[in-house]
Amino acid sequence: MERIRLIEVKEGILSDNEKLADELRKLLLKKKTFLLNLMASPGAGKTSLILKTITALKNDFRIAVIEADIDSIVDSEKVAASGIPAVQLRTAGFCHLDASMVKKGLDAINIDSFDLIFIENVGNLVCPAEFDTGAVKKAMILSVPEGDDKPLKYPLMFTVCDVLILNKIDFLELTDFNMQKLKERVLILNPRIKIIEVSCKTGQGIDIWADWLKNEVTTFIGPHV
Amino acid sequence: MHELPVIKSILDICLKHAKINRANKILSINLIVGDMSDLEPEWMQRYFDYICKGTIAEGAKLIIERTPVLFQCDECSHQFNIDIKKIETLKCPVCGNNKCTLISCNDYYISNMGVM
Repeated sequence: MERIRLIEVKEGILSDNEKLADELRKLLLKKKTFLLNLMASPGAGKTSLILKTITALKNDFRIAVIEADIDSIVDSEKVAASGIPAVQLRTAGFCHLDASMVKKGLDAINIDSFDLIFIENVGNLVCPAEFDTGAVKKAMILSVPEGDDKPLKYPLMFTVCDVLILNKIDFLELTDFNMQKLKERVLILNPRIKIIEVSCKTGQGIDIWADWLKNEVTTFIGPHV
Repeated sequence: MHELPVIKSILDICLKHAKINRANKILSINLIVGDMSDLEPEWMQRYFDYICKGTIAEGAKLIIERTPVLFQCDECSHQFNIDIKKIETLKCPVCGNNKCTLISCNDYYISNMGVM
């Protein structure tokens, strides 16, 4: 009769993904390419923010975009129309990108040719927070119409991001969105997060966001030679 | 919705460790999952039952232990757990200070497994 025994495993469930993500970050540092993982709900303004950022920074950096969508190419068509290379990843039902999918996107473009690559993650505040994509920094957008209670509902996303872009602030007076309360809730979860208020529609605050990003990219890739 | 790739990863890790330890059958798997993770235990077991068919893990039970969100007081360094829905009333239960730092919230690992 075989005996039942307990064996120690002590292994992270996502350790394979985390290992690959770390390898990607090493490669990006070597190639001097900054990768930004941009996450938000559907309709928060991910594509709009990317287009505004491209306009603001296209003379400073060589930019490309990796678009993730469950099954469409509308976002990559919009980006390509702005003259910026875009790779579309269809996640075929998956709700997020992981490091292996991002690696495929990076392999599809010559990363030597770019200083700044955006990942437009799948529109979702839940799953993308759990998976390291290999990006250098993580950004999220919360748009005013979504409400100031989102840090209570999706705390992990606010915990893992380096910067929170509050979009659609031109809507503020039409809603009961409480900016102070939102900031308090976010800063409890993540005291290091940078919060930037913008409106992609009016252009307000885009310069502050672009300056923040420019500074991060320059710090990472070093001065141009 | 991302349970399936996670479950696949759990199965792969368990099969690897079963092989190293020369186990013939996996009976139970103990998982530690932080409270901020959105994984749904019922769906995890359902997906697991589906993908482990034909392996030595077939029929294994997933035992999921949720670990609470842990904060530390910036003043007195006392560590305490909190329900994340109540962060608006966050304060140290020892000294009452309301400046506290999030220490851990999303543990995600396999602690051990029962095998034959």
